[in-house]
Amino acid sequence: MTATRPPLLEVEHVTMRFGGLFAVNDLSFSAARKQITAVIGPNGAGKTTLFNCITGFYKPQVGRMALHHDDGPVLLERLDDHRIASRARVARTFQNIRLFARMSVLENLIVAQHQDLMKASAFSLAGLLGLARYHKAEKKALERARYWLDKVGLLDHADDEAGSLPYGSQRRLEIARAMCTDPVLLCLDEPAAGLNPRESHELNGLLTGIRDEHGIGLLLIEHDMSVVMGISDWVVVLDYGRKIAEDTPERVRRDPAVIRAYLGEEENEDLPPEVARDVEEDS
Amino acid sequence: MEYFLQQLINGITLGAIYGLIAIGYTMVYGIIGMINFAHGEIYMLGAFISLIAYLITTTIGGGSVAIGLLVALAVTMVFTALWGWAVERIAYRPLRGAPKLAPLISAIGMSIVLQNFTQISQGARVKPLPPVIKGGVTLMQSEHFTVSLSYLQIAIVLLTVALMAAFTWVITRTPLGRAQRATEQDMKMAALLGVNVDRVVSTTFVIGAALAAVAGLMVTLYYGVIDFYIGFLAGIKAFTAAVLGGIGSLPGAMLGGLLIGLIEALWSGYFSIEYKDVAAFSILVLVLLFRPTGLLGRPEVEKI
Repeated sequence: MTATRPPLLEVEHVTMRFGGLFAVNDLSFSAARKQITAVIGPNGAGKTTLFNCITGFYKPQVGRMALHHDDGPVLLERLDDHRIASRARVARTFQNIRLFARMSVLENLIVAQHQDLMKASAFSLAGLLGLARYHKAEKKALERARYWLDKVGLLDHADDEAGSLPYGSQRRLEIARAMCTDPVLLCLDEPAAGLNPRESHELNGLLTGIRDEHGIGLLLIEHDMSVVMGISDWVVVLDYGRKIAEDTPERVRRDPAVIRAYLGEEENEDLPPEVARDVEEDS
Repeated sequence: MEYFLQQLINGITLGAIYGLIAIGYTMVYGIIGMINFAHGEIYMLGAFISLIAYLITTTIGGGSVAIGLLVALAVTMVFTALWGWAVERIAYRPLRGAPKLAPLISAIGMSIVLQNFTQISQGARVKPLPPVIKGGVTLMQSEHFTVSLSYLQIAIVLLTVALMAAFTWVITRTPLGRAQRATEQDMKMAALLGVNVDRVVSTTFVIGAALAAVAGLMVTLYYGVIDFYIGFLAGIKAFTAAVLGGIGSLPGAMLGGLLIGLIEALWSGYFSIEYKDVAAFSILVLVLLFRPTGLLGRPEVEKI
């Protein structure tokens, strides 16, 4: 199975320790292009810590994280945080939304294209003054912003203050903003948290659309099992910082180790798989 | 009436100078959440550099005032900006992420260093500059009092308005300004979107220092004397202006500067000139007591 997935992100033996606590312990897995890879696990399993390692918040003590571009791999643990987006082209969203609340919706998306605009203005103010190249870049940035606003259904709210949008729209805007950085890997930290079933369903459509139309890889932390089982192509299960399973959604949900991790050891032993599955879906 | 008008003119001129310095305080506070207590010294350095640059260019260039001033303006902005950049690089950046008190103490230390450096390298005596831009227009005349508006005052106000317009354009319309505002709201997130945050912070210090440099040049021309100690009082006054306007708010800094200038001019005009500093700082106390967010500031919301 793994052989059919050309790796985009390869995480190898990553260990992130806080004092004596191994938040992520010798973790290896890979995420592929054009696939949605979900990372699941009980609370405290190390999912967000893993994301923080991938996006440069933490530098893991051990291990390697390689992102494979066409022109060769980029090692994420060696990059400064702003180079994660500009060089490695990894974008992420947050569990607690982190928009620039006091900027307009459109400006949030333009900031995400800062690198291109700075290059076009030759990194200086002088470059702004009537340079055709800059105007072209600005126009392109606006077009891309409008494209994503349209995708997430916020075109009518382009000039609203981002902080004034309803919760569900803010989530979608955060995804649009991440996509405006033109990533090859998009990391989503609980994108469905706090969404109602309808919004959650729309989100599924948006994410599968990104996968199919833009050909990038998605890495997803999610507790909502309907999202995980509904859209992911590959599931990695963590518990206490270790990987306990990695497989397709259908097989992961039947994996005894996974069921044990979610339900605890004793209660689960007598449960028939169908029941265990139902309990799991409720959790 | 005439007297009031004259004080108004003086107050606006003074306010323009305070406003230019206050922008540096408020920008730095907005972006890294610290009070840059060395900013007054940057302004003082600007005054010294402008004096030196003006004397050199007029000596070499045959004494043309206009060219001398323009060259002095450019040279002062560039060199003072360089000082501002270096201060951030040396004294503040290594302390990013340290407890908030650490960069504050570093700033006070930097302020003492710059003061003493200037005292030793330039001497402790006041440096005079004979009036460079002379003359003016008489606006109103009664038997007791003449209201005059000097060309220098006009130049100061016009230059300030032009700089603030340019500055506002940079902040609201350019990628640089957008990155600046994004970094101000969420530094980590801005970095994750590919914004080089260190460079943005450096640029903030450079812009703040360049504006303070212009204020330094203006004061050198306006008062005609400078010494190594002028940064302290002007710095604290501009800080007061920034707090009055709402620290972190750019229009607030401009407004606050104007108000502090007016309060000071009117107070010294109608009450006592000895107590003008007391008046300005009483405003600081009152603002902190009754409206800690300032006139245009927003309440601090704890970031999650």
